[in-house]
Amino acid sequence: MRTYVLRRLLQVIPLLLGISFVTFVLLQLAPGDYINTVAENPMISAERLDAMRREFGLDRPWYVQYGLYLKNIFLHFDFGESFARHQKVFVILREGLLNTLLLALAAAVVTWGLAIPLGVWAAVRQYSWLDKGLTVFGVIGLSIPEVLSGLLLLMLAARTGWLPVGGMHSLDYDQMDWVGKGIDLARHLALPALVVGLTPLAGRMRQMRGNLLDVLRLDYVTTARAKGLSENVVVFKHALRNAINPLITLFGYTLGSLVSGALIVEIIFAWPGLGRITYDALNARDQYLVLGSVLMASFVLVLGNLVADLLLAIADPRIAYD
Amino acid sequence: MTEPAPATVDALPPQSPWRLFWRQFRRSHLALAGGALLALFYTAALFAPFLAPYGQESMDRERFFHPPHHVRWIDTAGRFHPLGFIHPTRLVDLATLTWEEDRSQAVPIRLFVRGERYRMLGLVRSDLHLFGVDPPYRLFLLGADPSGRDVLSRVLYGSQVSLTVGLVGLAISFTIGLLLGGISGYLGGWIDTLIMRSTELLLSIPGLYLIIALRQVFPITLPSQQVYLAIVVVLAFIGWAGLARIIRGMVLSIRRQEYVAAAEALGMSRLRVIARHILPNTLSFVIVAATITIPSYILAEIVLSFLGVGVQEPAASWGNMLKQAQSPAAMRTMPWLLFVPGTAIFLTVMAFNFLGDGLRDALDPRKVMGGKS
Repeated sequence: MRTYVLRRLLQVIPLLLGISFVTFVLLQLAPGDYINTVAENPMISAERLDAMRREFGLDRPWYVQYGLYLKNIFLHFDFGESFARHQKVFVILREGLLNTLLLALAAAVVTWGLAIPLGVWAAVRQYSWLDKGLTVFGVIGLSIPEVLSGLLLLMLAARTGWLPVGGMHSLDYDQMDWVGKGIDLARHLALPALVVGLTPLAGRMRQMRGNLLDVLRLDYVTTARAKGLSENVVVFKHALRNAINPLITLFGYTLGSLVSGALIVEIIFAWPGLGRITYDALNARDQYLVLGSVLMASFVLVLGNLVADLLLAIADPRIAYD
Repeated sequence: MTEPAPATVDALPPQSPWRLFWRQFRRSHLALAGGALLALFYTAALFAPFLAPYGQESMDRERFFHPPHHVRWIDTAGRFHPLGFIHPTRLVDLATLTWEEDRSQAVPIRLFVRGERYRMLGLVRSDLHLFGVDPPYRLFLLGADPSGRDVLSRVLYGSQVSLTVGLVGLAISFTIGLLLGGISGYLGGWIDTLIMRSTELLLSIPGLYLIIALRQVFPITLPSQQVYLAIVVVLAFIGWAGLARIIRGMVLSIRRQEYVAAAEALGMSRLRVIARHILPNTLSFVIVAATITIPSYILAEIVLSFLGVGVQEPAASWGNMLKQAQSPAAMRTMPWLLFVPGTAIFLTVMAFNFLGDGLRDALDPRKVMGGKS
């Protein structure tokens, strides 16, 4: 098991190298660079632009730039500096990643907090009007993309004023006590988390329902019923544990799609996460910030898959990695 | 001794796979409804210039942000208008965007009116529109946008891009995926390793990050035909990896079959064996996978245009129509800007989901063999 984890972790390094290379090449293929976006400001002279280009090392051939980039990462764990923000890429991304993970976590609470009880409910009353209703609701939910549900909730917030229409903090956030800060953050988090969380809800609910129905057909459940246990004990104590197992694994696999799905929601709700940073950096041609954020997002995805594989091994003793 | 009659094998007429599929598919009403709705949408996209009362770029300088017209049937004189009519409107308050109807006049909606000239399907030149009102009045059945352009016309024109760009991207992407997956599984060796490592790389970058990074390779402002191509290339580049991995797995098991050995023994070239004998066996899976994946391709274009790096104004796409709906003013006073393209997107995705489910059930060989499911 330990060697397996170690091998998987070591495999991440060439993978991230490959991703950084592909992203770098894409950035080089793109017409123009950061200096071109600065040059749109007529106040900056041509000499100043040339000086900036030299300062950022953009005048050198791309392979030299890429080599220096890798060298700094391996020797100093330095991911370069953002051109536009004059800040270390690592510092910017650390904050962005934390915000995205906060959003993803809140979204996961929404998804699983609803999917498990609803799935169980649908399974124990299979083919009832409730089960059918949830199925219809699921199909409708599957057909509303995040960009649409995000805009709909944004419209609701804009028209009613119940919740803030974007951002992460109110203007007077700094003057609040910690309770006020917590409430303020929760109010800003509510809508984006709802959007990211509701999208996969329908699928997870169907899986939970299917898993539980499969388990309820097994012999040991019949035995438990034959012993005279109440239906509640049979379902919640005996069947549910085994039915939830596969979902634990899914949790890890969905981490990547959470990060990806959060991107559009972060842009709609002006949530200062990794996706928004990446998008702004791409528009500004902020080379090293783009590289860093794509690497960071990919790292989260790969790590999520690894955790999922490990959880699978822990949850199911029949699987053994060597 | 009376033997029990042998099972009536020959009672059923000989059935081709296609008939078996159709018999199964017909049972799924939702899939049929989805298919019918999509047929309607694609037909509408094809004839958009004729169906739309106005051109996609035609602006009305007086009636921007006009709300959807209230179509009435019986006028003040008590006369019935079979096609409906509208009252001319006048802006009374710019701040709240309140429009007032002039009840004294009725502007009837007419069929086959002459309007802007257009070219349909690149061939037919005409100025005939299915319906409209006589100028100087304008008909906004689904409202107008901030530039005074008819939202209904823009949804129709936008569907030409939004409904097709995903399909073209998917077709290219799946062809690449099929071929590379087939080659990878059939040839093995270093080619297999190379292809599989590339797919791992692509699959390790979160989808939207890759899409917007790829889009940057092309200049942001391009003529609309070139934007279309750029989006197709982006979509084709990202989608093949997942499919290639599954196809490789299927090919690994198919290549051990005897008929493949027979084809090889007959001296067929390896590419021909892949294309003629191995890949067709993955076809039913590929059809289902494609139908289920189409919505995500369509959505990719919508997201790109929504972010402002896809189809550019003044050309319409469902994505850049959503972008218009995002402004605070539109959110508060012009809900139709969100609801009209939003409904179109929702219905399209749902129709593809229903169709995909139906196809999956109908093409599942176990179900076909077992008859009833």
